Amino acid sequence: MITSLSWLKNHLDTKANLNQVAERLTEIGLEVENIKSSNVNLNNFIVCKIVKSQKHPNADKLKLCDVDIGSENLVKVVCGAQNARDGLFAVYASPGAIIPKTNIKLKVAKIRGIESHGMLCSGYELNESSDKEGIIELDKKEKNIGEKYFKNIGEKTMDIAITPNRPDCLGVRGIARDLASSGLGQLKKQPPIKINQKFKNPIKVSIKKEKGQGCGIFGSVYIKNVQNKESPDWLKKRIISLGLKPVSAIVDTTNYIMFDLNRPLHAYDADKIDQEIIVRNSIKGESFEALDNKKYTLQNNMCAISDKSGVLGLGGIIGGTRVGTELSTKNILLESAYFFPSPIRKTSKILNIDTDAKYRFERGIDPDSIKLGLELGMCMIMDICGGEASKFSIAGKIKDERKIIDLETEKFSKVIGFSITSAEIKKILSSLGCSLRMSGKKMKVLPPTWRPDIKEDIDLIEELTRIKGYDKVPLINPEKENIKDTLNNKQKLFHFAQRSVASKGYTEAITWSFTDSKIDNLFSELKNEIKLSNPISSDLDVLRSSLYSNLMISAKKNIHRNFEDLMLFEIGPVFKGSKPGEQSTMIGAIKTGKYSRKNWIEKERNFDVYDIKSDALRTLNEVGINSDKIIVSNKTKKWYHPGRSGLLSLGSSSGPELAYFGEIHPFIIKKLDLRTDNVLGFEIILDNIPELRKKIREAKPQFIVSDYQKVVRDFAFVIDEKYSSGEIINLVKKIDKELIKNVRIFDVYQGDNIAPGKKSIAFNVTLEPKDKTLSDSDIEEVSKKIISKVQEITGATLRS
Amino acid sequence: MLKGKPPFKIIAPGRTYRHDSDQTHSPMFHQLEGLHIDKNINMGHLKGCLYYFVKKFFEVNKVKIRFRPSHFPFTEPSAEVDIGYKIQDGKIKIGEGNKWLEILGCGMVHPNVLKNAKVNPKQYQGYAFGVGIDRLAMLKYGINDLRAFFESDIRWLEFYGFDPLDIPTNYRGLSR
Repeated sequence: MITSLSWLKNHLDTKANLNQVAERLTEIGLEVENIKSSNVNLNNFIVCKIVKSQKHPNADKLKLCDVDIGSENLVKVVCGAQNARDGLFAVYASPGAIIPKTNIKLKVAKIRGIESHGMLCSGYELNESSDKEGIIELDKKEKNIGEKYFKNIGEKTMDIAITPNRPDCLGVRGIARDLASSGLGQLKKQPPIKINQKFKNPIKVSIKKEKGQGCGIFGSVYIKNVQNKESPDWLKKRIISLGLKPVSAIVDTTNYIMFDLNRPLHAYDADKIDQEIIVRNSIKGESFEALDNKKYTLQNNMCAISDKSGVLGLGGIIGGTRVGTELSTKNILLESAYFFPSPIRKTSKILNIDTDAKYRFERGIDPDSIKLGLELGMCMIMDICGGEASKFSIAGKIKDERKIIDLETEKFSKVIGFSITSAEIKKILSSLGCSLRMSGKKMKVLPPTWRPDIKEDIDLIEELTRIKGYDKVPLINPEKENIKDTLNNKQKLFHFAQRSVASKGYTEAITWSFTDSKIDNLFSELKNEIKLSNPISSDLDVLRSSLYSNLMISAKKNIHRNFEDLMLFEIGPVFKGSKPGEQSTMIGAIKTGKYSRKNWIEKERNFDVYDIKSDALRTLNEVGINSDKIIVSNKTKKWYHPGRSGLLSLGSSSGPELAYFGEIHPFIIKKLDLRTDNVLGFEIILDNIPELRKKIREAKPQFIVSDYQKVVRDFAFVIDEKYSSGEIINLVKKIDKELIKNVRIFDVYQGDNIAPGKKSIAFNVTLEPKDKTLSDSDIEEVSKKIISKVQEITGATLRS
Repeated sequence: MLKGKPPFKIIAPGRTYRHDSDQTHSPMFHQLEGLHIDKNINMGHLKGCLYYFVKKFFEVNKVKIRFRPSHFPFTEPSAEVDIGYKIQDGKIKIGEGNKWLEILGCGMVHPNVLKNAKVNPKQYQGYAFGVGIDRLAMLKYGINDLRAFFESDIRWLEFYGFDPLDIPTNYRGLSR
């Protein structure tokens, strides 16, 4: 909503200046987004005289003019207008001027080889008329040369953001009322209107009683013998300040009143109406040409203003050309109506029309402003164009849906935190237009007809707070005591796992939840991809089912920029279906390139599957899963190298899946053009990580220091190759939990001297006695137990 | 809220989506929503909470903060919060200067919202707020393109990233 101080002052008696007004508006919730000064630009438009005009030497249709702009020298201007001639007074725009119509800044430019210093303006270019053909011809004298063309128009305008709950502030008077309520002046009374309305409105208006009728009230007045003309200067300037184009006194008046009072009006050329006005639901296929010069074909049940010959316009949205007013219009019908918000919204959405009237009706016009609109519109038109007005005819009526609201004065301080007196409440609410009456401790409040947003006591409390000022609300320090733990177990796990991976040298990335279906399919086991119905771009067309998809895209971009040694991870959601909740939280991590580059200590080597397995394992350990609970198996997913990948699961190889790790399948690496041959990754399924049953502190037994010597014994077995190292370790540890503190594999061998299908495995066992030094026989006893148990369970033979 | 009983004190960060992409809009961004419902939580608590948050987040002791009336469907009264800033040597300085920058929206939870969550608005009341995390980060660190957050250019990630053990605390601040 655009307005200016002088316009506000039509409704508000105030001594405040523009900045004070703007500041106050923002304080009470009518945010001033910017203050525009048109002054600067418009200073560059000057009254000039064409001293001499001649044909441009290089162009038939152009003229070369010597122009007197009141400075010492004449300036040379190239002009295309037919009416540019010697002795004509015109409007000159100097280089640097911004042309109002196009917003283009003028520069000195060569036109067909000759420099033009500025330009001579048409009315069209200055937003003053629709005449594009010729330049403006001024009725001026020699002494006027060099004067500024625009006078007094340089008033600054404010652009105010009006929230959708405040339709009343889409009119200057509504804004003035709020300012007055906040103490920045007095709201002026509307002057009474006295016009003799002797004859009856000759045009019959009816609202058809239909289901879904979009029109509630249709008020109109017939004005005969008007002489339509250009608007007076003051009105033109107001219209221009709104960013609109002045058209004629009648049209400008309707626009002015719409912006002044938030009361849209519409003027018809009464002589073009076929007999009568019927407001009815449209029938599919009906069409009309609207004032935006487009033809609209209607659906069923749109609110059509029509006459005997068909549709004239869409009620509350846009009028039609068939009955549009022109400068030659003699008799008019002026409409002031109430259209319901929701049909307006629906119709304009279907037809894709946006107008200032539609914007207002869909937010809610004061249904009680029909007569006021007719009075002011009629009065202003007759002031400018003369004529005689009929009596008003008002068709239809609507129910007053306002309810009386009970307001308890204490509730204000309970919700807002500071108190307010009953007297203040009365003063503020009545200045906003509410009617009040006390009833015991409660106040009975009836909101004004122009405030459809005020429905219950909390809305009144908002009004009071806003007008008193949000700065009056005290600042109460938050209590920092928590009623519950801030984070639940899943959330703690998330942050812990995130730090755990990062501390291994991975860099965290956050990527879109959506990805490229072509890439996601490589990492997905879903039957159907989860398509986005309205993707932001065609390569982000599905919800990701794996974190790898976007990590691979990122890796590729970085590798192609020659950042080849990468460790990236992401923690976040992956999606399994299109319904809410069909998602799980994962960690995806990739590393590619070399573990170490050429240096003086060690040889170069690539990252390998042991690195990635170790990262995954250590992360699981760090989030609280004991190594002996983690079982490694060679189950894998299709996107890993089949021989260099595996699964870490909980308890047994068929237990809950904790993580997959391995080399990414060479086929995928090649297909994605990653320009490397080793990409490794792990995926941790956070949702499968169990909550610790006890706090670590509680789960630990008492610490007992052993004063006795520890003993380490080595063992070597030949064993079926299907047994993994992890299984052996777990097996041995279980043999004597008290005594055996550690089992460590130090050699695995297959090949010469070992039968096919078997492997040799060597490990050492650390024994830590608690109550005595182990004797040879004690050690021998444990060793025997270990040997016999391993043999018994796995069928291994001791290697000699 | 339907699953529990008041009082409620909830803070919920998460991914949010919109169909928009330019320098300051990305199709995915992060929003932090807060809610505090109890018997005597008034607008003063809302102000205190956000003032404390802004101070801690931007790691400044003094910050100018302005609550400006606005409109959101789920809160009444509603406010937008602006913080004071100035531009010095081409860099943004939070907490000083005469310019205002909108950073978040908030308000007192509308009684209808409480009713829908089976909480009696005659007994309970409270506030809610919502703030764009990425947008705050842009302000704090002077990042001018939102989309860069999600492009995972290793140079950007390493430049703006944090040490994994740099754990934020109330007493020490958000970062080293």
